[in-house]
Order: sequence, then structure tokens, then C-alpha cells
Amino acid sequence: MSIANQPLLKLENITKRFKELTAVNGVNLEVSPGEKLVIIGPSGSGKSTLLRAINLLEEIEEGTICFEGREVGYVMRSGKRHPDRPQAISALRAEIGMVFQHFHLFPHMTVLGNVMEGPLTVQRKSAEEARSIAVDILEKVGLADKRDVFPATLSGGQKQRVAIARALAMRPKLMLFDEPTSALDPELVGEVFDTIHTLADEGMTMIIVTHHMGFARELADRVIFMESGNFLAQGTPDELFSIAQDNERIRGFLNRLL
Amino acid sequence: MGNMLSAILSQPEDGSAPPLLSRIVAFTTVLLLISVLFWFAFNQLQYGWNWGAVWQYRQKFLQGWLTTLLISAAALCLSLLISVFFALARRSRLLPLRYLSLLYIEVVRGTPLLVQILVFFYVVADAVGVSNRYAVGILTLALFAGAYLSEIIRAGIESIGESQLESAAAIGLTRLQTYRFVIFPQVVRRILPPLTGQFASLIKDSSLLSIIAVSEFTLNAQEVNAFTFSTLESYLPLAVGYLLLTLPISLFSRYLEQKYRYAT
Repeated sequence: MSIANQPLLKLENITKRFKELTAVNGVNLEVSPGEKLVIIGPSGSGKSTLLRAINLLEEIEEGTICFEGREVGYVMRSGKRHPDRPQAISALRAEIGMVFQHFHLFPHMTVLGNVMEGPLTVQRKSAEEARSIAVDILEKVGLADKRDVFPATLSGGQKQRVAIARALAMRPKLMLFDEPTSALDPELVGEVFDTIHTLADEGMTMIIVTHHMGFARELADRVIFMESGNFLAQGTPDELFSIAQDNERIRGFLNRLL
Repeated sequence: MGNMLSAILSQPEDGSAPPLLSRIVAFTTVLLLISVLFWFAFNQLQYGWNWGAVWQYRQKFLQGWLTTLLISAAALCLSLLISVFFALARRSRLLPLRYLSLLYIEVVRGTPLLVQILVFFYVVADAVGVSNRYAVGILTLALFAGAYLSEIIRAGIESIGESQLESAAAIGLTRLQTYRFVIFPQVVRRILPPLTGQFASLIKDSSLLSIIAVSEFTLNAQEVNAFTFSTLESYLPLAVGYLLLTLPISLFSRYLEQKYRYAT
């Protein structure tokens, strides 16, 4: 297989259990470079857990994760799977950006400090270099004028854009968005949506877990409907909407959102 | 009564400082009131003051004060190292470490420092052949304070929340880097006030080292008292001397609190 059509991310039989509950049930997924994938589904359907499993914030019980053609995250030792060395896991996370529902900015650092932290500490760039990367990216998300303030003084939409900038500063190959607009007031959703849209137009590969149907309709190459840890349906946004006509569960879910 | 309570509980919402003049006036008034109270109490006293007798021993006070300063400073640094280790051990994945920490904290906090000093000096130090009472004293004091400090640090770490660990992990920080750059700076800011109190306690607790004849501030004051029979004159300088040690720590902590202030 040539590099060009090799999937960036390939998940096989991903299974995650919390005690009795199977949150993700043997899911398979391939994501091509540049693809924009949106995962929708009711609360508790396993979307976020799947997303968190990809950058190893959740430890999975079964399955394999391949990133750029190499298996990552786990090693087999005497027939049992173990998490890989911490350094290897950190190295993988450095290549995958993640944006959380509740931003999780570092409150003791300025906006610039938040965005510089990755390049500075993880990639060991010089202070000037990290600074210039951070300044550029803050410019891009429209927050150049906020670089010296602390996160607590920002609106939710601004916080989320800083969080996106913080992830982008690492020059990730894949971006994971875990309900990026769910914690925002309705009038602030637009600015975050636009930021993600710009990123999508630039060709960033991304997986977005969301309840915001705008993402699915306007920028998804593919939409997956997830329920009870399984993929119930997937296709282009149009395909999924037409599948929904015949599937009461999906139709019901979409009707409640729209 | 209700009005007074609500006056006490009401605080400026923006946390801003009142004007300098009102602060000076309020502070002087309070200081004056308390001074008058003590002046009145001391005036009632039928006591022949004899500061001259104690003045002869000023060198002894100074030497004791300096010893206390050095012992406290050494114990303070050592206790910080000890407490960080045990605070992390308490949360470690390795169960033996966790129980070691638990046992250490409970035993040290639950027994009198006096007994700890005696046991450490006459039993443990003796058994391993250490006879330097200053070294044993500093170590005991550091272990004692470390137990309290490690619980303060642990509470501080746990107040930060899992989400900070996760977002640090998500940009690729290792555990060590996460603690160093994300968790500890936030913890330090939060625990400065109780930390300061604990340091002040440590300085005063060092007086108990007098029982193994460490020639510190309190022991020297006791000796001056024994020579001169001027009890108040021997012990009042002690109060002032300890205050001279603890006040700078309070002020420095206040300064750090201001410096590392960030809106939350």
C-alpha cells in the first residue's frame, strides 16, 4: 500500500468496558488524511469514549489503534496487553490535537503561555520560536489582542478558541474535538464553529463528536451515527439524512436536535 | 447582631484593596486598642522589673536566636522535600508507598513531638551511631512538620482536578512535566496561606529541642531565667524573637500570593 492512500488512523475492534457497561463495542474505523469525520449520537452512546481512546486518555480492553500505519499505544507482554511506555504515549499525543468540551485551559498561564506550553516543553523549541508559533496561531484564531490576559477573563467562545490554538501549536496531524460547542452559550457557538471551519478548509484531518448538526451538514465528509457503543449508520451527510428517513432511531434523534 | 454578622461576611466583590489612608487609619486604631489593653494589664502588675539583670545575658539571647534561625531554616527546607515526596507517595500507584505515607502521616501527626524527639535522639540515633544532637533535632523537626505539610500539599494537588491532568496529557506533556509546569504552580498558589502557618509552627516547635539540650532560643531564655529569677524579662524577649522569625515569612508569603495572583 502506498503512503498516499494509507489511512491516517485505523481502528480495529476497539472495545472499552466500564465494569458491566460496554461503552464502545468492537468498533472499526478508517480515517483518510484530510478527512472530516463527524460522530453524532445520543448521550452515553460511546462517542466521547471512542474519541478519548484514540489519544489514549481511555485505556481500551480490546482492539488495535494504527496511526500512520504503525500500531500505537499498547504492547503485548507474555500474551497480555499493557499500555506502552509513557514516553511513547506522550509522543503520540503530541501528534494528535484534542479539544475538550470544557476547554481545560491552564488558569495560571496567560493565553500566550497556554499556547506556547506544548512547543516549549514537549517539542523543546526555544522560547522565541515557541512564542512566534503561538503568536501566529493566536492571530489565526482571532485572539492576537488577548495574548497577555489570563483565561479567566475570556468568554467561553474565546476560551475554546485558545484551546484550539493550544492544540494547533503542536502542528498535529489529526484533531479530535470532543463536543467543542456544547458548553457554550448559543451566541458564542458561531465563532468556534468558524474557527473549526477554517481549519477544515485548510485540509486538517479531524474527528468531531458533536450535537451541533451544523458541523455534520456543512463540513463533514462522512457522518457516523453511534448508539450503545456501535456504529448504527454512516455515510455522507446527505446519505445519513436519507438513511434517517427509514430508521426511526436516527430520525428521532435528529428531530430532537433540529 | 444580624447586621454585624453580615458586615463581617460582606467582602469587596472585586477583591480590590481599600484606599491607603483608610488602611493606615484602621490598622493604627486596631494596634492602638490592643496596645492600650496590654498596657493596662501590665500596669496592674505588682512586679519589680529588672531588665538590667537580663541585659547582661544579651549575647546568650542572640546566640540562641541565631541557632533557632539556623535549625528552623534547615528543618524547613528538609521538611519541604520530605512532604513533597510523601504527598506524591500517598497518591502513588505502588501500594506499599501509599501505605508507608499513610502510616508516616498518622503516626507523626498523632503523637507528641516531645516523645518523637526523645525516641529519635535516645533510641534511633543512638542505634545508628549518630550523636550530633543538632542533626537529629533538625531531622526530627523536619519529619514532624513534613507530615502536616504533605497533607496540605496533597489536598492542594487534589483540588486541581483531573481535567488539568488530561489537557496537559493531550498536548503531550509527560507526568513529570505536567506536575512541574501545570499542577505545582497552581498548588503553590493555593496552599501558600496554610503553608505559612505551618512554617510558623515549625519555628516555634523548634523550642522543644531544648529537651535534648540543643542550645536554641528557648533553652537559653530558660537558663537566663534560672540565673536571674527575672521571669517576664527572660521570656518577653523570647516572644519578640520568635515574632521576628515568623513575621518575615508571613510577609514573604503575602508577597508571593500577590505575585502569583491570577484571576480564577
